[in-house]
Amino acid sequence: MELIKPSFGLIFWMLIGFGILFFILAKFAWPIITNGIAARNKKIADQLEEAAKIHEEMASLNKKHEEMMVQAKAERDALLSEARKVSDEMYEKAKLKASAETQAMIEDAKKSIYFEKMKAITDAKNAIANFSIDIAQKLIAEELTDREKQEKLVEKWMEDCHFN
Amino acid sequence: MSYKSFERKLAVVLCTLMLVFSCKFTWAAAEETEEFDAGPFIIEHVIDSYGWHICGDGDKSVTIPLPIILFDGGHPVVFMSSKLHHGEAAYNGYAMGWGDNQGSIVKLDGDYADYTGHLEEGQEYDAHVCKWDISITKNVCALFISLILISCIFLSVAKRYKEHPDEVPSGLQALLEPVIVFIQDEVITPSLGCKSNKYAPYLLTLFFFIFLNNMLGIVPIFPGGANLTGNIAVTGILALITFVVTTLSSGKEYWKDIFNTPGVPWWLKFPLPIMPLVETIGIFTKPFVLMVRLFANITAGHIITLAFVSLIFIFGQMNPAIGLAVSPVSIFFYIFMGLMELLVAFIQAFVFTLLSAMYIGMAIGEEELHEEEAAMVEA
Repeated sequence: MELIKPSFGLIFWMLIGFGILFFILAKFAWPIITNGIAARNKKIADQLEEAAKIHEEMASLNKKHEEMMVQAKAERDALLSEARKVSDEMYEKAKLKASAETQAMIEDAKKSIYFEKMKAITDAKNAIANFSIDIAQKLIAEELTDREKQEKLVEKWMEDCHFN
Repeated sequence: MSYKSFERKLAVVLCTLMLVFSCKFTWAAAEETEEFDAGPFIIEHVIDSYGWHICGDGDKSVTIPLPIILFDGGHPVVFMSSKLHHGEAAYNGYAMGWGDNQGSIVKLDGDYADYTGHLEEGQEYDAHVCKWDISITKNVCALFISLILISCIFLSVAKRYKEHPDEVPSGLQALLEPVIVFIQDEVITPSLGCKSNKYAPYLLTLFFFIFLNNMLGIVPIFPGGANLTGNIAVTGILALITFVVTTLSSGKEYWKDIFNTPGVPWWLKFPLPIMPLVETIGIFTKPFVLMVRLFANITAGHIITLAFVSLIFIFGQMNPAIGLAVSPVSIFFYIFMGLMELLVAFIQAFVFTLLSAMYIGMAIGEEELHEEEAAMVEA
Protein backbone atom coordinates (compact mmCIF):
# COMPACT_ATOMS: atom_id res chain seq x y z
CA MET A 1 0.00 0.00 0.00
CA GLU A 2 2.88 2.30 0.67
CA LEU A 3 3.57 2.32 -3.06
CA ILE A 4 0.35 4.19 -3.87
CA LYS A 5 0.20 6.36 -0.76
CA PRO A 6 1.44 9.85 -1.59
CA SER A 7 3.53 11.27 1.22
CA PHE A 8 2.96 14.80 2.42
CA GLY A 9 6.64 15.69 2.46
CA LEU A 10 7.21 14.79 -1.18
CA ILE A 11 4.07 16.68 -2.26
CA PHE A 12 5.29 19.71 -0.34
CA TRP A 13 8.82 19.66 -1.74
CA MET A 14 7.60 18.75 -5.21
CA LEU A 15 5.31 21.78 -5.34
CA ILE A 16 8.07 24.09 -4.14
CA GLY A 17 10.79 22.46 -6.21
CA PHE A 18 8.86 22.24 -9.45
CA GLY A 19 7.59 25.76 -8.91
CA ILE A 20 11.11 27.09 -8.49
CA LEU A 21 12.34 25.10 -11.47
CA PHE A 22 9.49 26.41 -13.60
CA PHE A 23 10.15 29.96 -12.45
CA ILE A 24 13.89 29.74 -13.17
CA LEU A 25 13.51 28.10 -16.55
CA ALA A 26 10.55 30.21 -17.64
CA LYS A 27 12.41 33.36 -16.68
CA PHE A 28 16.00 32.66 -17.65
CA ALA A 29 16.07 29.73 -20.03
CA TRP A 30 13.05 29.04 -22.25
CA PRO A 31 12.45 32.54 -23.65
CA ILE A 32 16.13 32.89 -24.51
CA ILE A 33 16.34 29.42 -26.03
CA THR A 34 13.09 29.53 -28.02
CA ASN A 35 13.70 33.09 -29.18
CA GLY A 36 17.27 32.17 -30.07
CA ILE A 37 16.09 29.25 -32.16
CA ALA A 38 13.33 31.32 -33.77
CA ALA A 39 15.72 34.19 -34.50
CA ARG A 40 18.22 31.86 -36.08
CA ASN A 41 15.50 30.13 -38.09
CA LYS A 42 14.31 33.52 -39.29
CA LYS A 43 17.82 34.58 -40.19
CA ILE A 44 18.44 31.39 -42.13
CA ALA A 45 15.09 31.74 -43.91
CA ASP A 46 15.83 35.38 -44.72
CA GLN A 47 19.23 34.54 -46.05
CA LEU A 48 17.84 31.74 -48.16
CA GLU A 49 15.22 34.09 -49.54
CA GLU A 50 17.87 36.70 -50.22
CA ALA A 51 20.03 34.11 -51.93
CA ALA A 52 17.07 33.10 -54.08
CA LYS A 53 16.45 36.74 -54.93
CA ILE A 54 20.08 37.28 -55.83
CA HIS A 55 20.00 34.12 -57.90
CA GLU A 56 16.95 35.41 -59.73
CA GLU A 57 18.59 38.77 -60.25
CA MET A 58 21.68 37.08 -61.56
CA ALA A 59 19.57 35.04 -63.93
CA SER A 60 17.77 38.12 -65.22
CA LEU A 61 21.08 39.97 -65.56
CA ASN A 62 22.48 37.05 -67.43
CA LYS A 63 19.48 37.04 -69.69
CA LYS A 64 19.81 40.75 -70.29
CA HIS A 65 23.46 40.31 -70.99
CA GLU A 66 22.74 37.54 -73.45
CA GLU A 67 20.10 39.65 -75.12
CA MET A 68 22.57 42.49 -75.38
CA MET A 69 25.12 40.12 -76.86
CA VAL A 70 22.63 38.93 -79.43
CA GLN A 71 21.66 42.51 -80.24
CA ALA A 72 25.28 43.56 -80.53
CA LYS A 73 26.02 40.65 -82.76
CA ALA A 74 23.05 41.50 -84.97
CA GLU A 75 24.15 45.13 -85.09
CA ARG A 76 27.65 44.13 -85.97
CA ASP A 77 26.39 41.81 -88.68
CA ALA A 78 24.20 44.58 -90.07
CA LEU A 79 27.09 47.02 -90.03
CA LEU A 80 29.37 44.54 -91.67
CA SER A 81 26.90 43.64 -94.37
CA GLU A 82 26.20 47.33 -95.02
CA ALA A 83 29.90 48.04 -95.23
CA ARG A 84 30.33 45.16 -97.58
CA LYS A 85 27.47 46.42 -99.67
CA VAL A 86 28.93 49.90 -99.77
CA SER A 87 32.34 48.59 -100.66
CA ASP A 88 30.84 46.36 -103.30
CA GLU A 89 28.95 49.29 -104.72
CA MET A 90 32.04 51.42 -104.69
CA TYR A 91 33.98 48.67 -106.34
CA GLU A 92 31.33 48.23 -108.95
CA LYS A 93 31.17 51.97 -109.57
CA ALA A 94 34.91 52.21 -109.73
CA LYS A 95 34.98 49.27 -112.06
CA LEU A 96 32.35 50.84 -114.28
CA LYS A 97 34.08 54.17 -114.21
CA ALA A 98 37.42 52.61 -114.96
CA SER A 99 36.04 50.62 -117.86
CA ALA A 100 34.32 53.69 -119.21
CA GLU A 101 37.53 55.62 -118.94
CA THR A 102 39.46 52.89 -120.59
CA GLN A 103 36.87 52.72 -123.30
CA ALA A 104 37.14 56.45 -123.79
CA MET A 105 40.88 56.24 -123.79
CA ILE A 106 40.71 53.42 -126.28
CA GLU A 107 38.35 55.48 -128.40
CA ASP A 108 40.66 58.45 -128.17
CA ALA A 109 43.59 56.27 -129.02
CA LYS A 110 41.68 54.77 -131.87
CA LYS A 111 40.70 58.24 -133.06
CA SER A 112 44.20 59.57 -132.80
CA ILE A 113 45.54 56.47 -134.45
CA TYR A 114 43.05 57.02 -137.22
CA PHE A 115 43.99 60.64 -137.54
CA GLU A 116 47.63 59.81 -137.51
CA LYS A 117 47.00 57.10 -140.03
CA MET A 118 45.00 59.46 -142.19
CA LYS A 119 47.63 62.09 -141.76
CA ALA A 120 50.32 59.61 -142.66
CA ILE A 121 48.35 58.42 -145.61
CA THR A 122 47.79 62.01 -146.73
CA ASP A 123 51.40 62.80 -146.21
CA ALA A 124 52.35 59.69 -148.08
CA LYS A 125 49.92 60.62 -150.81
CA ASN A 126 51.33 64.12 -150.99
CA ALA A 127 54.84 62.77 -150.91
CA ILE A 128 54.02 60.26 -153.57
CA ALA A 129 52.37 63.03 -155.61
CA ASN A 130 55.37 65.22 -155.16
CA PHE A 131 57.62 62.35 -156.07
CA SER A 132 55.49 61.61 -159.06
CA ILE A 133 55.55 65.25 -160.08
CA ASP A 134 59.27 65.36 -159.57
CA ILE A 135 59.69 62.17 -161.51
CA ALA A 136 57.31 63.46 -164.14
CA GLN A 137 59.17 66.72 -164.23
CA LYS A 138 62.43 64.92 -164.54
CA LEU A 139 60.99 62.63 -167.17
CA ILE A 140 59.42 65.48 -169.00
CA ALA A 141 62.55 67.44 -168.67
CA GLU A 142 64.47 64.48 -170.05
CA GLU A 143 61.96 63.97 -172.89
CA LEU A 144 61.92 67.58 -173.81
CA THR A 145 65.60 67.84 -174.29
CA ASP A 146 65.32 66.31 -177.71
CA ARG A 147 63.27 68.17 -180.42
CA GLU A 148 62.22 65.14 -182.20
CA LYS A 149 61.09 63.42 -179.14
CA GLN A 150 59.09 66.48 -178.13
CA GLU A 151 57.32 66.52 -181.32
CA LYS A 152 56.55 62.84 -181.14
CA LEU A 153 55.28 63.26 -177.74
CA VAL A 154 53.04 66.07 -178.67
CA GLU A 155 51.82 64.04 -181.51
CA LYS A 156 51.09 61.14 -179.20
CA TRP A 157 49.20 63.34 -176.76
CA MET A 158 47.34 64.83 -179.60
CA GLU A 159 46.38 61.43 -180.73
CA ASP A 160 45.21 60.54 -177.27
CA CYS A 161 43.17 63.57 -176.79
CA HIS A 162 40.36 63.33 -179.21
CA PHE A 163 38.39 66.34 -179.50
CA ASN A 164 34.97 65.25 -179.60
CA MET B 1 45.60 0.33 -29.60
CA SER B 2 42.79 0.77 -32.04
CA TYR B 3 39.31 1.62 -30.89
CA LYS B 4 37.93 -1.75 -31.94
CA SER B 5 40.44 -3.83 -30.03
CA PHE B 6 39.94 -1.57 -27.02
CA GLU B 7 36.23 -2.12 -27.29
CA ARG B 8 36.73 -5.90 -27.41
CA LYS B 9 39.01 -5.88 -24.38
CA LEU B 10 36.58 -3.71 -22.45
CA ALA B 11 33.76 -6.13 -23.25
CA VAL B 12 35.84 -9.09 -22.07
CA VAL B 13 36.79 -7.31 -18.83
CA LEU B 14 33.18 -6.33 -18.16
CA CYS B 15 31.89 -9.83 -18.82
CA THR B 16 34.53 -11.34 -16.53
CA LEU B 17 33.68 -8.85 -13.81
CA MET B 18 30.02 -9.64 -14.24
CA LEU B 19 30.69 -13.35 -13.97
CA VAL B 20 32.88 -12.92 -10.87
CA PHE B 21 30.31 -10.72 -9.18
CA SER B 22 27.43 -12.97 -10.07
CA CYS B 23 29.39 -15.92 -8.61
CA LYS B 24 30.16 -13.98 -5.47
CA PHE B 25 26.60 -12.88 -4.94
CA THR B 26 25.22 -16.25 -5.79
CA TRP B 27 27.44 -17.80 -3.13
CA ALA B 28 26.52 -15.03 -0.74
CA ALA B 29 22.88 -15.72 -1.42
CA ALA B 30 23.44 -19.41 -0.89
CA GLU B 31 25.15 -18.82 2.44
CA GLU B 32 22.45 -16.46 3.65
CA THR B 33 20.52 -18.12 6.39
CA GLU B 34 17.54 -15.85 6.15
CA GLU B 35 15.31 -16.79 3.27
CA PHE B 36 15.29 -14.27 0.44
CA ASP B 37 11.91 -12.66 -0.07
CA ALA B 38 11.69 -10.96 -3.45
CA GLY B 39 8.50 -8.96 -2.76
CA PRO B 40 9.68 -6.72 0.09
CA PHE B 41 13.13 -6.50 -1.55
CA ILE B 42 11.61 -5.05 -4.72
CA ILE B 43 9.16 -2.75 -2.96
CA GLU B 44 11.95 -1.47 -0.71
CA HIS B 45 13.88 -0.40 -3.82
CA VAL B 46 10.91 1.22 -5.50
CA ILE B 47 9.48 3.27 -2.63
CA ASP B 48 10.81 6.32 -0.87
CA SER B 49 13.05 6.06 2.18
CA TYR B 50 14.55 8.27 4.86
CA GLY B 51 18.14 7.46 3.97
CA TRP B 52 19.90 6.93 0.70
CA HIS B 53 21.00 3.31 0.73
CA ILE B 54 24.11 2.75 -1.40
CA CYS B 55 25.23 -0.80 -0.76
CA GLY B 56 25.54 -3.51 1.88
CA ASP B 57 23.01 -4.99 4.18
CA GLY B 58 21.84 -4.46 7.73
CA ASP B 59 24.42 -2.96 10.10
CA LYS B 60 27.20 -3.12 7.49
CA SER B 61 25.22 -1.14 4.94
CA VAL B 62 26.46 2.15 3.54
CA THR B 63 23.67 4.70 3.66
CA ILE B 64 23.75 8.44 3.14
CA PRO B 65 21.87 9.90 6.12
CA LEU B 66 19.28 12.46 5.20
CA PRO B 67 17.63 15.04 7.48
CA ILE B 68 14.23 14.27 8.93
CA ILE B 69 12.12 17.38 9.36
CA LEU B 70 8.86 17.15 11.31
CA PHE B 71 6.33 19.60 12.65
CA ASP B 72 5.15 17.93 15.78
CA GLY B 73 2.57 20.02 17.58
CA GLY B 74 3.83 23.16 15.88
CA HIS B 75 7.47 22.67 16.86
CA PRO B 76 9.95 21.88 14.15
CA VAL B 77 12.01 18.78 14.86
CA VAL B 78 15.14 18.11 12.82
CA PHE B 79 17.50 15.16 13.10
CA MET B 80 19.45 12.87 10.80
CA SER B 81 17.90 9.62 9.65
CA SER B 82 21.01 7.70 10.77
CA LYS B 83 19.82 8.19 14.38
CA LEU B 84 17.00 5.73 13.72
CA HIS B 85 19.33 2.90 12.62
CA HIS B 86 17.03 1.69 9.86
CA GLY B 87 14.10 1.52 12.18
CA GLU B 88 15.84 -0.39 14.92
CA ALA B 89 16.16 2.57 17.25
CA ALA B 90 14.13 5.53 18.46
CA TYR B 91 15.38 9.09 18.83
CA ASN B 92 13.66 11.41 21.29
CA GLY B 93 10.59 9.26 20.91
CA TYR B 94 10.61 9.29 17.13
CA ALA B 95 10.92 6.04 15.25
CA MET B 96 10.25 4.49 11.88
CA GLY B 97 6.71 3.31 11.51
CA TRP B 98 5.77 -0.34 11.34
CA GLY B 99 2.65 -2.27 10.36
CA ASP B 100 0.06 0.13 9.00
CA ASN B 101 2.41 3.06 9.53
CA GLN B 102 5.25 1.52 7.52
CA GLY B 103 7.20 4.19 5.71
CA SER B 104 6.27 7.07 8.00
CA ILE B 105 7.86 8.53 11.08
CA VAL B 106 5.90 7.79 14.25
CA LYS B 107 5.98 9.39 17.67
CA LEU B 108 5.97 6.90 20.49
CA ASP B 109 3.30 7.46 23.12
CA GLY B 110 3.23 6.91 26.83
CA ASP B 111 6.42 5.96 28.64
CA TYR B 112 8.53 6.07 25.52
CA ALA B 113 7.58 9.64 24.51
CA ASP B 114 11.18 10.88 24.84
CA TYR B 115 12.90 7.54 24.50
CA THR B 116 16.26 7.35 22.71
CA GLY B 117 17.73 3.96 22.11
CA HIS B 118 17.21 0.51 20.75
CA LEU B 119 13.73 -0.77 20.16
CA GLU B 120 13.17 -4.30 21.33
CA GLU B 121 11.66 -6.67 18.82
CA GLY B 122 8.41 -8.22 19.92
CA GLN B 123 7.65 -5.48 22.41
CA GLU B 124 4.43 -3.51 21.95
CA TYR B 125 4.84 0.22 21.52
CA ASP B 126 1.99 2.71 21.25
CA ALA B 127 2.61 5.27 18.55
CA HIS B 128 0.94 7.82 16.32
CA VAL B 129 2.02 8.99 12.89
CA CYS B 130 3.59 12.41 12.57
CA LYS B 131 1.40 14.03 9.94
CA TRP B 132 3.44 17.12 9.09
CA ASP B 133 6.53 15.39 7.82
CA ILE B 134 8.59 17.35 5.32
CA SER B 135 11.74 15.28 5.64
CA ILE B 136 14.36 15.37 2.95
CA THR B 137 13.80 11.79 1.91
CA LYS B 138 15.63 9.93 -0.81
CA ASN B 139 13.12 11.14 -3.42
CA VAL B 140 13.20 14.73 -2.17
CA CYS B 141 16.99 14.60 -2.35
CA ALA B 142 16.79 13.18 -5.88
CA LEU B 143 14.31 15.92 -6.71
CA PHE B 144 16.78 18.58 -5.58
CA ILE B 145 19.61 16.95 -7.51
CA SER B 146 17.52 16.82 -10.65
CA LEU B 147 16.38 20.43 -10.17
CA ILE B 148 19.97 21.59 -9.89
CA LEU B 149 20.96 19.46 -12.86
CA ILE B 150 18.12 20.72 -15.08
CA SER B 151 18.69 24.34 -14.06
CA CYS B 152 22.41 24.06 -14.76
CA ILE B 153 21.87 22.36 -18.11
CA PHE B 154 19.31 24.80 -19.43
CA LEU B 155 20.85 27.93 -18.01
CA SER B 156 24.14 27.00 -19.67
CA VAL B 157 22.32 26.29 -22.91
CA ALA B 158 20.47 29.60 -22.65
CA LYS B 159 23.78 31.34 -21.97
CA ARG B 160 25.20 29.87 -25.13
CA TYR B 161 22.21 31.18 -27.13
CA LYS B 162 22.67 34.60 -25.57
CA GLU B 163 26.41 34.82 -26.09
CA HIS B 164 26.62 33.17 -29.48
CA PRO B 165 23.41 34.00 -31.29
CA ASP B 166 22.97 32.76 -34.84
CA GLU B 167 25.84 30.36 -34.54
CA VAL B 168 26.03 26.66 -35.25
CA PRO B 169 24.93 24.86 -32.04
CA SER B 170 27.63 22.98 -30.20
CA GLY B 171 27.96 20.69 -27.22
CA LEU B 172 25.01 20.49 -24.88
CA GLN B 173 23.12 22.98 -27.03
CA ALA B 174 23.49 20.77 -30.09
CA LEU B 175 22.28 17.79 -28.06
CA LEU B 176 19.21 19.51 -26.64
CA GLU B 177 18.16 21.77 -29.46
CA PRO B 178 16.69 18.97 -31.61
CA VAL B 179 14.72 17.73 -28.58
CA ILE B 180 13.44 21.21 -27.75
CA VAL B 181 12.51 21.81 -31.39
CA PHE B 182 10.87 18.38 -31.56
CA ILE B 183 8.72 19.10 -28.50
CA GLN B 184 7.86 22.54 -29.81
CA ASP B 185 7.02 21.45 -33.35
CA GLU B 186 5.44 18.06 -32.70
CA VAL B 187 3.74 18.54 -29.35
CA ILE B 188 3.16 22.17 -28.44
CA THR B 189 2.39 23.86 -31.75
CA PRO B 190 -0.03 21.23 -33.12
CA SER B 191 -2.04 21.26 -29.87
CA LEU B 192 -1.91 24.91 -28.95
CA GLY B 193 -1.57 26.77 -32.23
CA CYS B 194 -1.02 30.45 -31.67
CA LYS B 195 -1.09 30.09 -27.88
CA SER B 196 2.07 27.98 -28.01
CA ASN B 197 4.34 30.69 -26.66
CA LYS B 198 2.23 31.09 -23.55
CA TYR B 199 2.32 27.43 -22.55
CA ALA B 200 5.66 26.37 -24.03
CA PRO B 201 7.68 27.14 -20.87
CA TYR B 202 5.46 24.93 -18.72
CA LEU B 203 5.33 22.07 -21.22
CA LEU B 204 9.06 22.16 -21.92
CA THR B 205 9.84 22.21 -18.20
CA LEU B 206 7.42 19.34 -17.71
CA PHE B 207 8.99 17.26 -20.48
CA PHE B 208 12.56 17.73 -19.42
CA PHE B 209 11.73 17.27 -15.72
CA ILE B 210 10.04 13.93 -16.39
CA PHE B 211 12.60 12.81 -18.96
CA LEU B 212 15.65 13.61 -16.84
CA ASN B 213 14.16 12.02 -13.74
CA ASN B 214 13.17 8.94 -15.71
CA MET B 215 16.74 8.66 -16.93
CA LEU B 216 18.18 9.25 -13.46
CA GLY B 217 15.84 6.57 -12.14
CA ILE B 218 17.45 4.00 -14.43
CA VAL B 219 20.96 4.76 -13.15
CA PRO B 220 21.43 2.29 -10.31
CA ILE B 221 23.96 4.22 -8.18
CA PHE B 222 23.95 7.36 -6.06
CA PRO B 223 23.01 10.46 -8.03
CA GLY B 224 20.39 8.33 -9.74
CA GLY B 225 18.50 5.35 -8.51
CA ALA B 226 15.66 7.14 -6.77
CA ASN B 227 12.33 6.23 -8.24
CA LEU B 228 11.13 9.83 -8.42
CA THR B 229 8.86 9.72 -11.47
CA GLY B 230 7.63 6.33 -10.28
CA ASN B 231 6.31 7.96 -7.13
CA ILE B 232 2.62 8.68 -7.03
CA ALA B 233 3.07 11.97 -5.17
CA VAL B 234 5.38 13.34 -7.85
CA THR B 235 3.26 12.25 -10.80
CA GLY B 236 0.20 13.40 -8.87
CA ILE B 237 1.59 16.91 -8.46
CA LEU B 238 2.56 17.06 -12.14
CA ALA B 239 -0.94 15.93 -13.12
CA LEU B 240 -2.45 18.38 -10.66
CA ILE B 241 -0.50 21.26 -12.19
CA THR B 242 -1.70 20.22 -15.65
CA PHE B 243 -5.25 20.03 -14.28
CA VAL B 244 -5.00 23.52 -12.76
CA VAL B 245 -3.50 24.97 -15.93
CA THR B 246 -6.19 23.25 -18.03
CA THR B 247 -9.02 24.55 -15.85
CA LEU B 248 -7.62 28.07 -15.65
CA SER B 249 -7.19 28.35 -19.40
CA SER B 250 -10.59 26.83 -20.23
CA GLY B 251 -12.86 28.77 -22.50
CA LYS B 252 -16.63 28.93 -22.88
CA GLU B 253 -16.65 26.07 -25.39
CA TYR B 254 -15.02 23.70 -22.93
CA TRP B 255 -17.74 24.08 -20.31
CA LYS B 256 -20.47 24.05 -22.93
CA ASP B 257 -19.12 20.74 -24.23
CA ILE B 258 -19.25 19.36 -20.72
CA PHE B 259 -22.71 20.50 -19.60
CA ASN B 260 -24.42 20.47 -22.98
CA THR B 261 -22.45 18.04 -25.06
CA PRO B 262 -23.21 18.63 -28.74
CA GLY B 263 -24.01 15.71 -31.03
CA VAL B 264 -25.61 13.63 -28.27
CA PRO B 265 -29.34 12.67 -28.17
CA TRP B 266 -31.37 14.86 -25.80
CA TRP B 267 -32.51 11.96 -23.61
CA LEU B 268 -28.92 11.45 -22.52
CA LYS B 269 -28.98 14.94 -21.04
CA PHE B 270 -32.47 15.87 -19.92
CA PRO B 271 -34.24 13.81 -17.29
CA LEU B 272 -31.04 12.18 -16.10
CA PRO B 273 -27.91 14.22 -16.87
CA ILE B 274 -25.89 11.18 -17.87
CA MET B 275 -23.61 12.84 -20.39
CA PRO B 276 -22.85 15.91 -18.25
CA LEU B 277 -22.06 13.54 -15.41
CA VAL B 278 -19.73 11.47 -17.58
CA GLU B 279 -18.07 14.59 -18.92
CA THR B 280 -17.68 16.03 -15.42
CA ILE B 281 -16.01 12.83 -14.28
CA GLY B 282 -13.87 13.12 -17.41
CA ILE B 283 -12.44 16.42 -16.18
CA PHE B 284 -10.92 14.54 -13.27
CA THR B 285 -10.11 11.25 -14.94
CA LYS B 286 -7.80 12.92 -17.44
CA PRO B 287 -5.25 14.15 -14.88
CA PHE B 288 -5.82 11.01 -12.82
CA VAL B 289 -4.87 8.86 -15.79
CA LEU B 290 -1.84 11.07 -16.43
CA MET B 291 -0.75 10.48 -12.86
CA VAL B 292 -1.30 6.73 -12.94
CA ARG B 293 0.22 6.19 -16.39
CA LEU B 294 3.57 7.75 -15.57
CA PHE B 295 3.70 6.21 -12.11
CA ALA B 296 2.76 2.74 -13.31
CA ASN B 297 5.05 2.70 -16.33
CA ILE B 298 8.14 3.78 -14.48
CA THR B 299 7.47 1.70 -11.38
CA ALA B 300 6.62 -1.37 -13.45
CA GLY B 301 9.89 -1.05 -15.33
CA HIS B 302 11.83 -0.89 -12.08
CA ILE B 303 9.89 -3.79 -10.60
CA ILE B 304 10.62 -5.99 -13.62
CA THR B 305 14.34 -5.21 -13.64
CA LEU B 306 14.50 -5.86 -9.90
CA ALA B 307 12.58 -9.09 -10.39
CA PHE B 308 15.24 -10.30 -12.81
CA VAL B 309 17.91 -9.49 -10.26
CA SER B 310 15.88 -11.28 -7.57
CA LEU B 311 15.72 -14.39 -9.73
CA ILE B 312 19.46 -14.89 -9.22
CA PHE B 313 19.03 -14.84 -5.44
CA ILE B 314 15.94 -17.03 -5.45
CA PHE B 315 17.62 -19.72 -7.57
CA GLY B 316 20.93 -19.23 -5.78
CA GLN B 317 19.29 -20.07 -2.50
CA MET B 318 17.88 -23.27 -3.97
CA ASN B 319 21.22 -24.34 -5.30
CA PRO B 320 24.32 -22.28 -6.16
CA ALA B 321 24.73 -24.11 -9.44
CA ILE B 322 21.22 -23.19 -10.57
CA GLY B 323 21.85 -19.63 -9.47
CA LEU B 324 25.00 -19.48 -11.58
CA ALA B 325 23.15 -20.93 -14.53
CA VAL B 326 20.30 -18.46 -14.17
CA SER B 327 22.46 -15.37 -13.63
CA PRO B 328 23.58 -14.84 -17.26
CA VAL B 329 20.00 -15.14 -18.43
CA SER B 330 18.86 -12.79 -15.70
CA ILE B 331 21.55 -10.29 -16.52
CA PHE B 332 20.70 -10.50 -20.19
CA PHE B 333 17.05 -9.74 -19.43
CA TYR B 334 18.09 -7.06 -16.97
CA ILE B 335 20.07 -5.32 -19.72
CA PHE B 336 17.21 -5.78 -22.15
CA MET B 337 14.80 -4.23 -19.65
CA GLY B 338 17.26 -1.42 -19.06
CA LEU B 339 17.19 -0.63 -22.76
CA MET B 340 13.40 -0.85 -22.73
CA GLU B 341 13.35 1.58 -19.83
CA LEU B 342 15.47 4.02 -21.82
CA LEU B 343 12.77 3.93 -24.44
CA VAL B 344 9.99 4.18 -21.88
CA ALA B 345 11.77 7.11 -20.19
CA PHE B 346 11.44 9.12 -23.38
CA ILE B 347 8.02 7.84 -24.41
CA GLN B 348 6.40 8.52 -21.03
CA ALA B 349 7.85 12.02 -20.83
CA PHE B 350 6.64 12.61 -24.38
CA VAL B 351 3.17 11.19 -23.73
CA PHE B 352 2.70 13.16 -20.51
CA THR B 353 3.69 16.38 -22.27
CA LEU B 354 1.64 15.60 -25.37
CA LEU B 355 -1.51 14.83 -23.38
CA SER B 356 -1.03 17.89 -21.17
CA ALA B 357 -0.69 20.04 -24.28
CA MET B 358 -3.76 18.44 -25.85
CA TYR B 359 -5.88 18.88 -22.69
CA ILE B 360 -4.88 22.53 -22.46
CA GLY B 361 -5.57 22.98 -26.18
CA MET B 362 -9.01 21.38 -25.80
CA ALA B 363 -9.79 23.57 -22.82
CA ILE B 364 -8.89 26.75 -24.66
CA GLY B 365 -11.19 25.64 -27.45
CA GLU B 366 -10.22 24.91 -30.99
CA GLU B 367 -12.25 27.80 -32.33
CA GLU B 368 -10.37 30.36 -30.35
CA LEU B 369 -7.06 28.90 -31.41
CA HIS B 370 -8.09 28.93 -35.04
CA GLU B 371 -9.78 32.31 -34.82
CA GLU B 372 -6.62 33.91 -33.57
CA GLU B 373 -4.63 32.00 -36.12
CA ALA B 374 -6.89 33.27 -38.88
CA ALA B 375 -6.56 36.78 -37.48
CA MET B 376 -2.82 36.39 -37.45
CA VAL B 377 -2.83 35.18 -41.03
CA GLU B 378 -5.03 38.11 -42.06
CA ALA B 379 -2.80 40.56 -40.25
